[in-house]
Amino acid sequence: MNDIQDQRRNFLKTSVGVAAVAIAPGLLLFKVAHGKSDDDSKVRWGMLIDTANCAEGCKDCVTACNKENGLSGGLAPTDSQWIRKIEIKDVSTGHQFALPMMCQHCAEPPCVDVCPTGASFKRYDGIVLVDKHRCIGCRYCMMACPYKARSFVHAPLHDQNPDVPRGKGTVESCTMCVHRVDEGKQPACAEACPNKSILFGNLHDPNSEIAKKIRSVSSAQVRADLNLNTGIRYQGI
Amino acid sequence: MSVPGLRLLLLVLISLCIPNVWADQSLPYKIDIGRGGHCVRDPVWMRKNHMHLLIHQRDLTVREGKPNKEIDLRNCVECHASTKDDSVIARSDSFCVACHRYEAVKIDCFECHSGIRKSAWLQRNAK
Ligand code: SF4
Ligand code: SF4
Repeated sequence: MNDIQDQRRNFLKTSVGVAAVAIAPGLLLFKVAHGKSDDDSKVRWGMLIDTANCAEGCKDCVTACNKENGLSGGLAPTDSQWIRKIEIKDVSTGHQFALPMMCQHCAEPPCVDVCPTGASFKRYDGIVLVDKHRCIGCRYCMMACPYKARSFVHAPLHDQNPDVPRGKGTVESCTMCVHRVDEGKQPACAEACPNKSILFGNLHDPNSEIAKKIRSVSSAQVRADLNLNTGIRYQGI
Repeated sequence: MSVPGLRLLLLVLISLCIPNVWADQSLPYKIDIGRGGHCVRDPVWMRKNHMHLLIHQRDLTVREGKPNKEIDLRNCVECHASTKDDSVIARSDSFCVACHRYEAVKIDCFECHSGIRKSAWLQRNAK
């Protein structure tokens, strides 16, 4: 009798825990949607930007990004800009501050939702990229991005950085310096900031510096109302 | 014609369709192989199949974030860029251009990717 009860208990325990129905090994009939996206990945790269330390007029992060990724640094509408320095003033209080703005590496990226070719995609570690092998240059993603983070390459390019392929007819944006991150380095902007305003790290590692800081200070997402769950968070906005 | 005769004719016809490049080691045009050295696969196999290797690896590298230390376009360029101008595409006998011109197959890779040896590029772009 006891034996049967134990079996029943175990059966109930396991069947409650199962959220997906397997019809064959490795093949699922359906999978219950995660409450939060990508919670299962061990890595999610992100940044915490402290606007209190971000000096007005300083453009070191922008310069470092341009150099690393081979951008001209021009500001014409047809020039690529991956990161911009923005200065904001609250007219009612006079409170003024500066911050760098780039692709926010959304967990629910609208650019990926609209891309007709699958070129825009999110990597397992949360970095949102354009696979230029697939991009047809339709620029839907540029329209969809609420942060104006993406640029289109209008003219043929020469002498690209061997680590950063870029080319005419494709859309591009901040890659969180994926080529550096994969080598265990920091993104160029985070390394270049003289005031250490950009903290880069793994948001999903509870022991990382960024995860600890994000737990202890109050931070915000830009346009949090859109529910995109951005990987770039700001302090003091 | 008998069946073996037909087979022979077919074989001859098919072999005529195979470009020279696949057939043997000697190439009917001038090519600068750069430093050369030991390739990641057999060179004759590579002539025919390098694009499959690259296209398979590119999805792994870009989309899954699993770069391969061995199969990497930058490595191809590192060994095969000319020792004269550090490029695989600069001249008509450059490593990639020579064959692709002969076979009349357009190369798209270097519209985005650098055709310059990385070590040379880094040296030139050092602070
Ligand atoms: S910020 Fe824009 S480009 Fe970056 S992931 Fe979000 S929607 Fe896409
Ligand atoms: S421009 Fe490229 S990445 Fe953007 S939506 Fe079109 S195909 Fe996708």
